[in-house]
Amino acid sequence: MGVSRLEDFREEVGPSGPVCVRGGGTRWLVGGPPDGDSRQVRAPSGIVAFDPAEMTVEVGAGTPLAELSGALAEHRQEAALDGPPGSTVGGVLAVGRSSLRRIRVGSVGDALLQANCVGADGSLFTAGGPTVKNVSGYDLCRLLVGSLGTLALLGQVILRTWPSPERMLWMQGSATPEAVRLLCYRPSSVLWDGRQVSVCLEGYAQDVEVEAAALASNFGFVEVATGPVLPPHRSRWTGRLPEGGLLEVGTSVVHGPVEEPAPEPGPGVAAIVARLRSGFDREGRLNPGRDPYRVAA
Amino acid sequence: MPSDGSVVISTTRMNRILEVDVERRIAWVEPGVINLELTRHLAGTGLHFAPDPSSQSACTIGGNVGTNAGGPHCLLYGVTSVHVAAVEVVLPDGDVVVLGEEEGDAVGYDLRGAFVGGEGTLGIATRIAVRLTPDPPDVRTMLLDFMTIEEAADTVSAVIAAGMVPSALELMDQQVVQAVEPFANAGYSLDAAAVLIVELDGLPAGVAQEAEAVELLALQNGARSVRVAADEEERARIWKGRKAAFGAIATIKPAYYLHDTVIPRTRLAEVISGVNAIAERHGLIGMNVFHAGDGNLHPLLVFDDREPGIMDHVYAAGEEIVRLSLEVGGVLSGEHGIGLEKRRFMPLLFSPEDLAAQRLLRDAFDPEGVSNPDKVLPDGPSCGEIQDLPEVPEGTWV
Repeated sequence: MGVSRLEDFREEVGPSGPVCVRGGGTRWLVGGPPDGDSRQVRAPSGIVAFDPAEMTVEVGAGTPLAELSGALAEHRQEAALDGPPGSTVGGVLAVGRSSLRRIRVGSVGDALLQANCVGADGSLFTAGGPTVKNVSGYDLCRLLVGSLGTLALLGQVILRTWPSPERMLWMQGSATPEAVRLLCYRPSSVLWDGRQVSVCLEGYAQDVEVEAAALASNFGFVEVATGPVLPPHRSRWTGRLPEGGLLEVGTSVVHGPVEEPAPEPGPGVAAIVARLRSGFDREGRLNPGRDPYRVAA
Repeated sequence: MPSDGSVVISTTRMNRILEVDVERRIAWVEPGVINLELTRHLAGTGLHFAPDPSSQSACTIGGNVGTNAGGPHCLLYGVTSVHVAAVEVVLPDGDVVVLGEEEGDAVGYDLRGAFVGGEGTLGIATRIAVRLTPDPPDVRTMLLDFMTIEEAADTVSAVIAAGMVPSALELMDQQVVQAVEPFANAGYSLDAAAVLIVELDGLPAGVAQEAEAVELLALQNGARSVRVAADEEERARIWKGRKAAFGAIATIKPAYYLHDTVIPRTRLAEVISGVNAIAERHGLIGMNVFHAGDGNLHPLLVFDDREPGIMDHVYAAGEEIVRLSLEVGGVLSGEHGIGLEKRRFMPLLFSPEDLAAQRLLRDAFDPEGVSNPDKVLPDGPSCGEIQDLPEVPEGTWV
């Protein structure tokens, strides 16, 4: 793939007219449906380069997440990207929701090192850089993650990877989330439904087993095959768990049965956002209809 | 360094630790709090602030936010941006906003992430919510020595390729070791070409398993000896040497110029020999002490600043080091930032379109360009060209 596919994508996007990018379509309505007039485009797909010894991978934004995960798994690595079956790399980045295992793998924003993008004027630009550490200029990658493609369209990206855990298991039982967090060292995920805690332990097998045994003997936790089923909607923790809700402890994300409105940004933030949007996309041609400020969490 | 005519706003006396929430693992601090003071303040809580620049006894959290600072342990834990949950910012127009959330992500664009590393050009941080990391239950600090830099660099690559991310992987070359050891008594071998500090942390079984694997890989790649710190005191001495390295350089020559670039971590050996050749060609002493695990080089050019004309060589050598780093696929800076110094190199890494996109970010926060003017982005070519015109057309923004 590489440059030519990226150049094709740039031409497909072109310099004018409303466009929306289609990934896997798994979270198509997040942030609002795209305007009916928009032309649909697709980012290039495929793995461009993967060097396990660098722990970085370069892929087309249209690459199915499953394809990426499979290629990384051959070298027992993974990236901090997570999404419903059928998700693409670019879709996961644009939606910007971090993995449930965020405490171990980091936020999805931490994963994006470099992005080759097509801007609203139809030109290619690069945000970030290829190395795992980089403070050369402004951190545009952080802005692109979760932007729903409203500032630029992701064409090709370089992601940071991590070693996969040797062992993973879920434990469940009754305890306060804080007691679990004190007993376990950096569990990958702690979920609380108001009564029960589900905790994901990952790492070297022996360590995982020791922590699981401690949860069992201290609080009567039992191993379960998978984590709990997540209710369909997300909102931010407001100090009270809604009926049927599930809290991601440490990230303030509540998975609930009912859709909650997103809080309005204050005037200072709104002014920055307005300048960003008019600067990057004066005519509002990139993914019109979508708005990251309509997403509650 | 302020550019001409700038008013300097110092936040060093805004140095209170406002709140530590142990349960939620968050601390609100003012920007003038010294990095190491926060660490000391947290002693006994079982938590710490992960970014640990070598300058941590002098640098402030506000400065860490401004530069998106790193440090040895950022290899595993990530740079400052990962550990800043929220920032209260006075924007250049005087408005006060809070970017980010104490936990998780704020709604909308990640303005917090954009602000961190903004080098003061996007506003002034007045309160910072930092994430606190649980202290690891087990720590293993290893000291490896090698007869060639290549062997040390190959060991770094082998460790990463084997699927391990140590909490720190620091390399010092012979000249640094010889300067540091008399002060630190860290037990570094004076005749080794390179010394590698490897620190592993986490739960005990994993640490033991990784320590065994690191030792094996090091020996396979030519390590002469592998020493494991027996206790906290020995561990502290090993780290003292690393963190005191820059101070010890004064015993060799009165002045040094410290660089900061990042290269792919599989190309360490060739770039270090390239850096040393550049220094030699310019009549300077090249010394290396750096974060090998993430490819973050810190070449030191050591010289006597009383020597006439020497600064020309220092600057020229610096530029060659930057160019070499970029040639192998690296970047301009890993943790020090761009400031004034590296502004002119930005077009070597970024196209005009790339820089224009970065300019949009800056303009969104600071449309008048009053906050830390002249930093980070190079002057646009159009701006320079217009200034060269005898008459500027009316209404033109220069």
